[in-house]
Amino acid sequence: MNTLHPYLSAALGGLLIGLASWLLWAGLGRIAGISSITADAMSEPKGQHDWRWAFLAGLILGGCLLGQGLEIPVMPTRSWTLLCASGLLVGFGTVLGSGCTSGHGVCGLGRMSGRSLLAVCTFMAAGMLAVTWMGVGA
Amino acid sequence: MSNESQAPQPVGSLGLAFSAGLLFAAGLVLAGMTQPAKVLGFLNITAAWQGAFPGRWDPTLAFVMGAAVCVTLLAFAWTPQMQRQPWLSSQFWLPSRAQIDAPLLIGAALFGVGWGMAGYCPGPALASALLSVDALIFTTAMLVGMALCKTFLRKTVKIQG
Repeated sequence: MNTLHPYLSAALGGLLIGLASWLLWAGLGRIAGISSITADAMSEPKGQHDWRWAFLAGLILGGCLLGQGLEIPVMPTRSWTLLCASGLLVGFGTVLGSGCTSGHGVCGLGRMSGRSLLAVCTFMAAGMLAVTWMGVGA
Repeated sequence: MSNESQAPQPVGSLGLAFSAGLLFAAGLVLAGMTQPAKVLGFLNITAAWQGAFPGRWDPTLAFVMGAAVCVTLLAFAWTPQMQRQPWLSSQFWLPSRAQIDAPLLIGAALFGVGWGMAGYCPGPALASALLSVDALIFTTAMLVGMALCKTFLRKTVKIQG
């Protein structure tokens, strides 16, 4: 399906992610931080915050439609305990730390924010340690 | 794209936000971010020392982040110079906090551990929630975690206040 070199495909994907963030910034003046958009969509009062639901709808539907055409390499189904524990950590951690790979990574580094640079180094290091300890990447 | 109106333009801004979400998802899928195996292969840094560099390490995701940040560096430098306000909104909403504090570091560390356990961060998890049972379970737990932290933060502020 995807005949591009993996590195080129990755860079093109990154380019699109950057352009999507630019669109949201230039159009609505908002940071494309997925964790903040999701957490605020659930908790903020109704009305002014509908753009968050629209963005999430685009993200979920887009991923569903575009992902179907791609032969995603099979990964053995993981235990639901591991998935629940990791999901809880990611949800709690991104709200406590005010961002994830998109908010701190793509947008925060683009804004040259010191807070975001430190957050990115921290979650990258923690992710690498977790993979090393659990041996899941092997 | 008029800058005169201060009032939000609901339909236009919803359409723009939806399009940005679609574009973001396209980028994630093309970049391989919706494949946990690829993400874990990138985080598995010690594999870089197995054989000649990069060994069994998969550096692909560095290209994703690199390309995306190249674009956002331009976006955040140029946009305020090209336009006084966003096309469909009255102001640019910038994160106000500049201080490096414990919640930032603890939160990022917890997030990183969860990311390394399953290979999903919030965007890719949402973008594949309708395609994979794993992603759906993960996303549901992630939403619970977010709500728990919001509640926790509200209580902490109340105690301090």
